[in-house]
Amino acid sequence: MTEPALLSVEDVSVDLPTPRGNLRAVDRVDLTIGAGRTLGIVGESGCGKTMLSRAILQLLPKKARLSGRVMFDGQDLVRLAPERLRRLRGRSLAVVFQDPMTSLNPVLTIGTQLIETLQEHLELDGNSAKRRSAELLAAVGIPAPEQRLLQYPHQLSGGMRQRVAIAIALSCEPKLLIADEPTTALDVTIQAQILDLLAREQRRRHMAMILITHDLGVVAGRTDEVAVMYAGRVVERAPTPALFKKMRMPYTEALLAAIPKIDAAPHTPLPAISGRPPDPTRPIQGCSFSPRCRYAAGPCYREKPLLAAAESPDHQYACFHPIKAPAGVCA
Amino acid sequence: MLGFVARRLLYLVPVLVAVSLLTFLIASLLPGDLAYVILGDQATPEKVEALRHDLGLDQPVWWRYVSWLGHVLQGDFGRSFRTGQTVLQAVAERLPVSIELMILAEIIGLAIGVPLAIACAVRNGSAFDRFMTGTAFGMLSVPTFLSAILLIYLFAVELRWLPATGYMPFEEDPIGNLRFFVMPALTLALAEWPGIMRVLRSDMIATLQEDYIALAKAKGLKASRILFVHALKPSSLTLVTVTGINIGRLIGGTVIVETIFALPGIGRLLVGAIYTRDLIILQGVVLLVAAGFVVMNFIVDMLYAVLDPRIRHGLA
Amino acid sequence: MASLELSIDGDVAVSPITRASRLGALFWGAIAWMIFVFVAAAFANLLPFSPTDMDMLERRAPASALHWLGTDGLGRDELARLIHGARISLTVGLCAPIIGITIGGALGMLAGYFRGRFESLVVGSMDVLLAFPPLILALAVTAYLGQSILNLTCILGVLGIPAFMRVARAATLTLARREFVIAAQALGATHARILLRELLPNVFLPLFAFFLLGVAVTIVVEGALSFLGLGVPPPVSSWGSMIGEARESLEMAPRLAFIPAITMFLTVLSFNLVGDTLRAFTDPRQGAL
Repeated sequence: MTEPALLSVEDVSVDLPTPRGNLRAVDRVDLTIGAGRTLGIVGESGCGKTMLSRAILQLLPKKARLSGRVMFDGQDLVRLAPERLRRLRGRSLAVVFQDPMTSLNPVLTIGTQLIETLQEHLELDGNSAKRRSAELLAAVGIPAPEQRLLQYPHQLSGGMRQRVAIAIALSCEPKLLIADEPTTALDVTIQAQILDLLAREQRRRHMAMILITHDLGVVAGRTDEVAVMYAGRVVERAPTPALFKKMRMPYTEALLAAIPKIDAAPHTPLPAISGRPPDPTRPIQGCSFSPRCRYAAGPCYREKPLLAAAESPDHQYACFHPIKAPAGVCA
Repeated sequence: MLGFVARRLLYLVPVLVAVSLLTFLIASLLPGDLAYVILGDQATPEKVEALRHDLGLDQPVWWRYVSWLGHVLQGDFGRSFRTGQTVLQAVAERLPVSIELMILAEIIGLAIGVPLAIACAVRNGSAFDRFMTGTAFGMLSVPTFLSAILLIYLFAVELRWLPATGYMPFEEDPIGNLRFFVMPALTLALAEWPGIMRVLRSDMIATLQEDYIALAKAKGLKASRILFVHALKPSSLTLVTVTGINIGRLIGGTVIVETIFALPGIGRLLVGAIYTRDLIILQGVVLLVAAGFVVMNFIVDMLYAVLDPRIRHGLA
Repeated sequence: MASLELSIDGDVAVSPITRASRLGALFWGAIAWMIFVFVAAAFANLLPFSPTDMDMLERRAPASALHWLGTDGLGRDELARLIHGARISLTVGLCAPIIGITIGGALGMLAGYFRGRFESLVVGSMDVLLAFPPLILALAVTAYLGQSILNLTCILGVLGIPAFMRVARAATLTLARREFVIAAQALGATHARILLRELLPNVFLPLFAFFLLGVAVTIVVEGALSFLGLGVPPPVSSWGSMIGEARESLEMAPRLAFIPAITMFLTVLSFNLVGDTLRAFTDPRQGAL
C-alpha cells in the first residue's frame, strides 16, 4: 500500500494501576489500517483487545496510563486538544459496542439518540435530521422506521437494537468504524445478519473497519487483514487468507482448531486450549503463551519473541517455533 | 399508560379510608370527655350534656365514625368552638402559606443539592468531593429547629438583615412577603439538600460508568449534553423518589418552621389547635394533612412513570 | 428534621466515612463522645446542683467557678440542666427504637420468612402507618393522650416500626434462600429454631446499625417536639426544651441555646456516624454470605 494509513497505532501500551500491582493491558502494540480496508482483531477475553479499542478512541478509564501514538488521519489522537477530538468522534471515527442493551440510553428514544448525533456534527435542523434518521434505520434493515424513532430501546429485540447502534455509528459517514464484539451479545441466528450488514455497509461507503472478536470464524471472509492478540500483545498479523492457510503462531492454530467444523464427525471433542491466559499483573518471563503451547521449548521460556516478518513482509508473527506446514483448513 | 394511572388510583381509595379510620381512632384515644375538654373553663353539666348530644358522643363508636366520615365526604369537617370558623375555612386560609413555604424550600434545596451532586459526581474521589460529602453528612445531623435558631441568631439578632417572625401576603407586597419567607425556607432547605445531594451523587456516579455514557462520548456529543441529558435523566428517578420520601419530612418540618417563624400556615394551625385544645380543628387538620400526603405520594408515583418509560410499560 | 422512615437501599458510592480503613479518628471520636455522654447522664445525680433549683438573683449569669456553664433565664444551673437533659433525651432516644427494633424486627423476620398473605398483611398495615407524616402523627397522639415521657416514647417507638420491619424483611428475604437455611430445614429444624438460631444472628447486624440511626432520629424528633413544648412535659426538660426556652434569651445570652444545641448535634452526629459505618459494613457482608 503506498497511500498513508488512515489509522496507525504506534507502540501503544496501556497500564492500569491496581491494588495488586500494575496491570499491563496492552503491551507495545503496532497496527495500521488503510482507508476502506477491514482489520480483524482476534483474541480471548482479557487479551487486551477491548482496551486497545478504548485506547484508540481515547475512552480509557481515568486511572489508565497510555503511552505511544495513535495517528488518525494525520493527527495524534493522544495529544489532540479535547475539543478537536470531540468533533472527530462520531463524525470521522465511530464505534459499535458489544451489548446494545447497555450501550443505548434506556430513557431516551431511538430517535433522540440518532438525531442528536446528526445535529451535533452535521448541524441538520430538526426535520431533516428526523428524515435522515428514518432513512438510516431503513438502510440497516429496520422495518417501519418512522415508528421506531419514537420507541425506546427496551421495546426492540436484541438484533434490532444492534442495528440501531450501527445506524448511529454510520450516521455521519465515518471514515473508520470500530466494532467491538458486535455480535457476542446476540442470538446465533442473528449474528450472521449483523455481520453481513456491517460488511455490506463497509463496502458501500468505502469505510475502514476494525472488527474485534474472540471468534476466528467471524473474521474469515469478512476482513482483509487479521491481527491475533494474546496477553496484551499482537502475536500474529497477516492478510486474512494467508493467516488461515499459512498460520505460524501455535496460538492461532489452537484458536482455529477450537472452531467446530461442520464436516467433522458427530461428537468430535473440541480441542480446547488447556490452561488460561496469564495474570496481567504478574508478567511471566519468556513468551506469554509458553505455559500452554505444545511446541514450547527452551528459548520460549526465557525470552519474549518479537513480532517480525519472515518470508513475506505483510505476514508477521512473534514465535520461536512457528508452525512450518500447518494441517491448515481453508477459511 | 391510562391503565397504569387507573390501577394506582384504585389503590388510593382503601388507603384514604384507612387514614380516616386511623385519624378517628387517635381522636378517640382521649381519656376523659371530649366535650369537657372543648368547653374548657366554660364547662357546666348542662352545657357538657348538650355538647355531647350535639357531637353525637352518646352514640356507639362505629356510628360516630360513619357519621363523621359521612360529614367529611360532604365537606363538613366540623367547626371550631374557639374561633367559630369551619375547619375547611381555616385550612383554606392557611394553605397558600404552607404551600409557598414548601415550594420555596424544595426549590432552594434542589438549587443547592443538584449542582453539588453533579459537581461531586464528575469529580468523584477528589478532595472537593470528599469535603462536600462530609459536609452533607454533617448537615443531616443538624435538626431543623437547630438550623432555625442558628439562622435567627445570625440574620435577625446579629446582622439584623431579616425579620425573625411575621408574615405578609404575596399580593400586598411580593418583596416583603419573600423577606419573611427567606429564613424559614432556607431552614427547611438546609435539611433537604444533603439527602438530595447524596442520592443524586451516588446515582450519577453509577450512571456515568454505564456503557451508554461511553457511547455518548464516543459520538462526540458536548459534555453538557452528556451530563444533563444522558446522565441526569436516568439518575433523576432516584431524585424523584427522594423528593417523594422527603415530603413527609417536609410536612413535619413545615410544622416546626411555621411555629418558630410565626407564619400563618397549616402547621401553625395544627400546633395552635394543640396549645388551645381545639380538638375539632385538630382532628380535621390531621385528616386533611394525611390525605394530602397520600395524594402527593400518588403524584410522585405518576411522575416516576413519566420519567422512566420502562415503568410505564411495566418492565422495571 | 430527620425522617422516621429511612431508606434501606444504602448508597451505591462509598461515603468517605465508611471505607474500612477510615475506621479512624472520626469513628472512635464518635464512640468516645457517646460513652462520655452516657457516663455523664448516668452519674447526673452526683452533681452539686439540681436542674430545678432556681436562683433568681443569678439569672443568665455567665460561666463562673460556681456555675461552670452559667445559669439560664430562671437561674438554674446550666450544666446540671444539660446533663439531666442528656438523661431524658437519651432515655427516650434509646427506648423508642427498642420498641421499633423488637416489634418491627420480629414482624419483618416473620413476614420475610413465611411470605404469603401474612406478609401482605404486615406490609399493608405498615403502609397505612407510613401514610401519615410522622411528626403529625406524633403531635396528634400526644395531643390526645397527653404529654408524658411514656406516651412520647411509645408513639416514637411505634413510628419506627415500619422502617425496622423493612430492614428485617429485606435481610430475611435474602438470607432465607441461602443454603444454610435450606440445610437446616432439610435436617428437620422447626421454624422457631431456624428463625432464632440461623436467621436472627445474621439479621441482627443490619438491624443494629439501623437501630443506631434510629436513635439519632429519635433524639431529633423528641428534641423538635420538646422545643415546641409538646414533647416531654415540663418541668422535666430535655435538650430540646432547653433550646426552646433559650429562644427568648437569644439576644442576651445566646450560649443558653448554643450549648445544648452543640451537645445535641454532637450526639446525633456520633450515632449517625457509628450507625452509618456499621451499615456499610454489614451490607456488603450480606452479599458475601
